[in-house]
Amino acid sequence: MNSALRVARICYGLLGLLAVALPWLGVYPVFLMKLLCFAMFACAYNLLLGYGRMLSFGHAAFFGFAAYVTSWLVTAHGAGPAGAVLSGVAVAGLLGALFGGLAIRRRGIYFAMITLALGQLVYFVCLEAPFTGGENGLQGVPRGTLLGVLPLRSDMVMYYLVLTLFVAVFLFIRRVVHSPFGHVLRAIRENEARAISLGYDINRYKLLAFVLSAALTGLAGSLNALVLGFATLSDVQQSTSGEVILMTLLGGTGTFFGPVVGAALVITLQEYLSDVVGGWVSAIIGVIFVACVLSFRRGIVGEIEALRLRRAHPGPAGPAEPA
Amino acid sequence: MPVPVLLGQLTLGLVNGSFYALLSLGLAVIFGLMGVVNFAHGAFYTLGAFAALLGLQYLGINYWVALLLAPLAVGLLGVLVERLLLRHLYGLDPLYGLLLTFGLALIVEGSLHQVFGASGQSYPVPESLAGALNLHFMFLPLYRAWVILASLVICFSTWFVIERTRLGATLRAATENAPLLQAFGVNVPLLVAATYGGGVALAALAGVLASPVVLVNSHMGTELVIVVFAVVVIGGMGSILGSIVSGLVLGLVEGFTKVIYPEASNIVVFVIMALVLILRPAGLFGRE
Repeated sequence: MNSALRVARICYGLLGLLAVALPWLGVYPVFLMKLLCFAMFACAYNLLLGYGRMLSFGHAAFFGFAAYVTSWLVTAHGAGPAGAVLSGVAVAGLLGALFGGLAIRRRGIYFAMITLALGQLVYFVCLEAPFTGGENGLQGVPRGTLLGVLPLRSDMVMYYLVLTLFVAVFLFIRRVVHSPFGHVLRAIRENEARAISLGYDINRYKLLAFVLSAALTGLAGSLNALVLGFATLSDVQQSTSGEVILMTLLGGTGTFFGPVVGAALVITLQEYLSDVVGGWVSAIIGVIFVACVLSFRRGIVGEIEALRLRRAHPGPAGPAEPA
Repeated sequence: MPVPVLLGQLTLGLVNGSFYALLSLGLAVIFGLMGVVNFAHGAFYTLGAFAALLGLQYLGINYWVALLLAPLAVGLLGVLVERLLLRHLYGLDPLYGLLLTFGLALIVEGSLHQVFGASGQSYPVPESLAGALNLHFMFLPLYRAWVILASLVICFSTWFVIERTRLGATLRAATENAPLLQAFGVNVPLLVAATYGGGVALAALAGVLASPVVLVNSHMGTELVIVVFAVVVIGGMGSILGSIVSGLVLGLVEGFTKVIYPEASNIVVFVIMALVLILRPAGLFGRE
């Protein structure tokens, strides 16, 4: 086990070095930033789905609404990037408390349907509210200067800011999952009735997980709006919720690094495949979804981990599949 | 408020409510037997409408024949989907069924979008149903009256088949205890495949009925199915009659909102869902 830990550390170190070096190797920094924002989104989503087994179909609401709040504060009120992003996070967290409070009243598929409907509610609000710019969205959002020191207009400065925040969120989620709170959350995932009989107020745990996930999703959305310079309806659309589910599922639900792999694959696919296959991207994403659900439910990272465990402990009983 | 305007919107609301009822009915039957929440339900509705439209344009199939053939074709497709894909997920967490059918919906809608473009096409109202009835206090377009009537008849026949016939009794038995029913010699896998096919055929039928009153386009089903999910949360999936009634009533409420506060007509169903969750979390007719 110790050697596995060492291997993991070396891998993370190498990946970190690669992330620092990539913009110097000719990879377009805005693409990398978008990728990191969606990786953050998927990690935040994974906290809910992977560790709490709550399938939300409405996470685009937090991502997109935070993007709108940040863009609106910057364009209409001249707010600085730090304040605007923090406000986006706060609003997403509040929205998460509201939606989470409603959705955790039901379980499983009902939870999914409720979050889907609430997400659509936010979509219609964004379509008609006076401050969102309707069909056009909010365009030309300046990145500004962080705390009056860092000029974010430079793609390189912005990239390292986004990378730092991504690493911080990644480590924070790890910390949360390994904390007593994270253990109770997984206990609820495995057996809700037993967690209740052990005296845990499970609704409080579920709600906190939902709010944390929503707030971190908001951070990803706000950053994404600053990176690209716009917030549009597609950020709050149900298809964005679908994409983040696919990223998490494809990479591996309930693994730390899976959502990052999933996000990298899906974003790269969308950026480069759309040149090759044009409008078929959506249908291809559907095919990947079906293939993923039918044949590798553990996801890419999950399958690799399962393989490694099987090799370390050969025997008839492998680790149980998430069911 | 002029009374004819109000009545006009309420009729439109009832037309939408008929589609909600037809779709949530199919969802409830499929969920009851298979434990699968069929996210692709909207996509099958869209397929029904496209089948009618393409049938008319390329093969000259008229409305009445399409009303029969489109659900049949889509129903057979549903049977294939169940046999080839969904079957592998029984016994797993129901969330996987939802995810798989979500992927299916993406495939169907993405392909339709790519082939037929984003703009919608309209299906002509069949001649025999063109025009309007003069009821003296309002003009009732004949086609709208037909949609409401046809949906009511279909919904209540489905209810009758499931609750009052021997076939329905077998179906309900399979819902309660499938292995036991199989031990009695009933071909349960066939029953399940037929049920899924029947459920999505209902969605396709709704699609054909809808094609002359909406624009036929690739995303017509997605928006509808999200509202239908909210309807299902409000009504609860436990009861067939419950899903019919809540579909119709919520359509009416939506039509009414369009008259008094048009901005909220898109979200009123979702707001009602939130209120129901606060006051009666299991849904109006549901059992947890």
